[in-house]
Parts: sequence; structure tokens; C-alpha cells
Amino acid sequence: MAMSRTRNKIGTWVGFIVILVWCLLPVAWIVSLSFKGPGETASGSPQFLPKNPTLQNFRDILGIGSVTPGQENTHADFLDALRNSFGIAAIATVLAVIFATLAAYAIARLEFKGKRLVLSLALAIAMFPVVALVGPLFDLWRTLHLFNTWPGLIIPYMSFTLPLAIWTLSAFFREIPWEMEQAAQVDGATSWQAFRKVIVPLAAPGVFTAAILTFFFAWNEFVLAISLTSTTESRTVPAQLSFFVGPDPFNPPYGLLAAASVVVTVPIIIIVLLFQRKIVAGLTSGAVKG
Amino acid sequence: MAAIDMKNIVKKYGDGFPAVNDVSIDVADGEFMILVGPSGCGKSTLLRMIVGLEDITSGDMMIGDKRVNDLAPRDRNLAMVFQNYALYPHLTVYENIAFPLRLAKAPDAEVDEKVRAASKTLELDEHLERKPGNLSGGQRQRVAMGRAIVREADAFLFDEPLSNLDAKLRGQMRTEISRLQKRLGITTVYVTHDQTEAMTLGDRVAVLKRGVLQQLATPRELYENPGNLFVAGFIGSPPMNFLPATVEGTTVKLPFGTVEIPAEKAAKAEGKGLLMAGIRPEYFEDASVKTDPGNGSTFRAKVDVVEWLGNETYAYIPFEAPPEVEEQLRQLERDLDGEALHTQLVVSLDGASRITEGEEAEIWVDGSKIHLFDPASGDNLTVDRERAGRIPGGAMEDAAEQPAAAG
Repeated sequence: MAMSRTRNKIGTWVGFIVILVWCLLPVAWIVSLSFKGPGETASGSPQFLPKNPTLQNFRDILGIGSVTPGQENTHADFLDALRNSFGIAAIATVLAVIFATLAAYAIARLEFKGKRLVLSLALAIAMFPVVALVGPLFDLWRTLHLFNTWPGLIIPYMSFTLPLAIWTLSAFFREIPWEMEQAAQVDGATSWQAFRKVIVPLAAPGVFTAAILTFFFAWNEFVLAISLTSTTESRTVPAQLSFFVGPDPFNPPYGLLAAASVVVTVPIIIIVLLFQRKIVAGLTSGAVKG
Repeated sequence: MAAIDMKNIVKKYGDGFPAVNDVSIDVADGEFMILVGPSGCGKSTLLRMIVGLEDITSGDMMIGDKRVNDLAPRDRNLAMVFQNYALYPHLTVYENIAFPLRLAKAPDAEVDEKVRAASKTLELDEHLERKPGNLSGGQRQRVAMGRAIVREADAFLFDEPLSNLDAKLRGQMRTEISRLQKRLGITTVYVTHDQTEAMTLGDRVAVLKRGVLQQLATPRELYENPGNLFVAGFIGSPPMNFLPATVEGTTVKLPFGTVEIPAEKAAKAEGKGLLMAGIRPEYFEDASVKTDPGNGSTFRAKVDVVEWLGNETYAYIPFEAPPEVEEQLRQLERDLDGEALHTQLVVSLDGASRITEGEEAEIWVDGSKIHLFDPASGDNLTVDRERAGRIPGGAMEDAAEQPAAAG
């Protein structure tokens, strides 16, 4: 009995470590790369840990202190891209969550013709390959003067994240007993007050889940970002990274790319840690007890 | 504070099924009215129409002197306690109780004063900062009531508020609700499927079956003068016994023997052929324990099962019923949400009774309290209309003409 329990414990830990290594090794590799100088990344057989750890890559992309010759403009571009990424992702998230909350509430609570159609259409949009839309969007945006602007990226990001957000949120709203709103209405609330003061707080885990999924999508998206932008006016970080080139076209500045990746990953990690519990609640249950 | 007057209320759903059909109930100012019936009788629908959560198909809903059919719930100034309490889980007990006041934009000082007063009444003081999720069932129930009493509503509405509590707590909360209502003197409409709650709490009780009002009367009137088979079977525990019977002169022939009944009752049932006799279990007694036989009759029967409870004894006596009565009894069981069981007589005897299982015992029955029902319509032929409250519908006219025809 004791034997098998110990064995179980060991098994659990082994499994644990395997999964951890599987998930975190690439991250560790990127982090380690970001501390390596160009000499080390270009060498034939690089070792895992940097031989001479350097902060030069971070200095280059953030523009702090002395900058490697040839990378003088990199930091300005990168910081512009970072600003664009933040702005576009944040605005897309806020708008998508507001629209999705209202739409999901209507879908969960009202009986109307074509409800199934709306839901299926939303799902169909989510399944549509992004690449197939790039060409038409490019043409359309140029005509509408949305090419290379923030709205030019915000609108498609919203459209692609709305379906998932609507599905997540309508599942949440369905879980909330009708009586909650009815009680609020009897207590003297208008429909809007009942929604804002009772239903939205109760669906908070769902709202957070939807917000974070939307933010991640907008933050990481590459295909639209590279196709619908032309300058650092509106180019986001993932797209900007592809413009990082060193003096030698056959030797990409791996250290620089790694450092930039680390910098853009940090906000995501902070967000996940902050909202960890809410996300877990949101993804696992959606159970809101009356 | 206000009276609630329901006039010919009808509720039809999309498929045309009337969930509530032509119900008229007047609730006086300060009265405790109970809506009772088995599940699906429309009692909750009726309550939700009063509060405005359900549209009214036709009829008038009057609160005070105002017709409220088209008013939103928030404009009706009613307070409601829901079956699952519907507390706001994200708010503390304090904020839950304060919610209606906050919506009314009451100043903080007033909110605090009223919430503290309500929490004192309901003994919730030590729980004010907790969330509803951490409270016990009884405490949640009290919070729900706090939210209702904190505002000066015109009436309280309760939708089966005790059905989620265990038996002991239910008893305590029942007294609590009764005490609170008496103290506040506020008009109350209370929905339940439990006849004990209906009997103990209500000033008057409205019994509903499949959306139709069966009888509207005080608990005593319902118990002593049920208008029809359904009300007779629903009110009282253990329920009234129904036996096939034929009346000859002033004697009623039952499966076990004959029982003398008062002449005026016999007259009402004269020449009706096969009837259904309704006798409550407590109208029987063990003949050997009964010291003063009075105007009762005795019969001998074989006792099948005996349940001794200390203060009283239930004895079960099986009998054979003719098919037409049997069918009526099964239908009644279905109406009452019961399981169709075999026909048996339940008699409640004194705890001192020494009757044992399988014994043939001599049982005494009080013939003056027997009710006789028409097996086809279910109407009570021997009902005392003066003391039966209101029995609506065609049955009323039919039965009202009876004495004249017979006399």
C-alpha cells in the first residue's frame, strides 16, 4: 500500500517534470539566447547557457546606453511597434468584450428568430482561415483608407475574436439563473440596471476569459499585421520583428530577436499571473451559484 | 400597504394552454393569503403575474385601486422572496439587503439605518459582512426576507420559500414568517404545495387545480367543508378516506357496514345512487377506547397494518371498491401528485388503542362528520355553504339548487 503510494507520487512528479520541460524549454532557450552576443549565436555549435552573458541585445532594442553600430534605428522602431501593439490589442479587447457581452446576453436570454443562425455564423467566421481574407482586406482597406492605420487592424481582430467571446459569454449567461434578474427587477431595477449590477458581475469570470483570449489573439497575430501595415505608424511587434535584420542577410540577429521576444512575452505573463484564478474559474466551470 | 384584487385572471401560453383559467381572488389589506395546489396548478404563475414577471392574458390585476396589468415589476412596489432565494452572490449580506434601497437612491444614512433594523429583526447582525455563499439555508432564507422587509413595499409575495429547507428548519421558519407578518401587518401572498404550511400560515387559502380555483376559504372551512373531492383529498394529513357508499334513508352503506348520518345530510344525497363517502381518519376511533359512543356507529373490520406513533395510532384497513369508484380514486391520486395505491381505509386511533395487526377490530365512526361526494363531478353534496368560503364554477350553482330540489 505504502509502496504503491510512493510509486504513484514519483510517477506524478516525473510526469510533471516532463511536461514542464516540454513547455518551458523553448522559453528558456529564448531567454538564454537573448543574453548571447552575435559571436555566440553565429557559431556553429552554440551551447545552452551563454558563455559571456551580455545585456547588449536589450540595450539595442530598448535604446538604453550604447547601441551596437548598425542597430541605431532598431530601438525606435521596436518601441513604436510596442506602442502600436498595446494600443491595438487593448482597444480591440475592450470593444470586442463590450459587443460580445451585449450580444451574448441577448442570445442567452431572448428568444428571437435566427438565433441559431447568428450562433452558427459566428462559429463559421471563427473557422474562416485568416489567410483567405488577407487579399480582399488589403484591397478594401486601401480603398477605404484604412490601410496602415490602427482601425485597419482593430476591426479584423475584433471580428475574429468576437465569435469565441460570444460563445464563451453566452454559456456563462445561460448558467446564471433567471431569478437573479427577476429579483433585481422586483427590487426596483430597470432591465439595464439588472444587467449591469447583477448579471455582469456574476459573469465576471467569463468576461475576463473573453478579454484575455481576445488580447492574446491581437497581441500575437502576425499575418494581418504584416499584410495590412507598411510603416511603424501601425505595425505591431510580431510584424516588426520580421524587419530586424543585421548587416549580414545570411546571419539574422538572433540575440536581438530573442531579446525582443522576451520583452513582448513579459506583459502576457504578468496578465496571466494577475488574472490566473479568474481565468481558471472561467475556463473550467462557468458555474455561478444562485 | 394595499389590497390585491385579481379579477378573472387568465394566463395562456403560446400553445393556447391556460395555465391559469379565470381565477378571481381578493386579498384584503393586511391579509395572509395562501395559494396552494399540487405542482402544475398555476399557483406560481399566478404569483408571478401579481409581481409582473409574467404577462396577463386577460383579466384585471388591481393593487390598491390601481390596475397594474401593464406596469413593470419595479413600478408595482411589491417585495418577493424566491424559492431559491435569488440572493446576489457577489454582494455581502449587507449589500444584498441594501440593494433595493440603493436602487431607489436612498442616502447612505437611511440605508444603514434600515438595513440594521432589518438585520436586527432577522438576527443577521453577525453575518452582515459575509457573502451569501457562506451562509446556511436558513440564514440565506432570512437574508431574502431582509431584502423584502427593508423597503416599504405594498405587499409581500413568497414563492415556496421553505421548500429548500430541511423539515426542522422549515417548522421554525414557518413560525418566523407568521410572526413577522403579524407584526408588520402587511398584505402577503404565499405560494406553497404543502398543505401544512397552507393550514398553519393562512388567514385564507385558495386551492387551485390545473389553473382553476377550487375553493377560497379559511383553513378551518376548507378542512370541515371541502367543496369537492380534490379539496377534501388535498387538505388534511393523513388524507381523507374515500369509500363507495349508497344512501338509504338516513343510513349510509359502506364496504364495512352501515353508518347513521344526520337527516339533512341524507336528504341532500337522496336518490343519487352510488356515491363517494369522505371520512377523515380522525373521525374514527377504537370502539374499546371510546368511552362515549355519542351519535356514532360501529363496525368490525380486519386491520392490515398498524403504525403506533405514541400519541396516536394509524390503522390500515384494505377494502374492495367498485370499478367506477376505483377509477375516480386513481384520477384523484394523479391530481394530487400521488402514486395510485390500492384502496385502503386509514384510521387514526387513540394511542391507548391495543389493536394489533391482523386482528378483527371494532371501529367507531362519527357519522355526523361524513361528507358525501358525487363520484362523477366530484362535488361535495353535503357541503355547508354558509361555512365553506367561496366555491366558484358551475359546481356552485348545481349544488346550490340541490337543497331546494330535495326539500
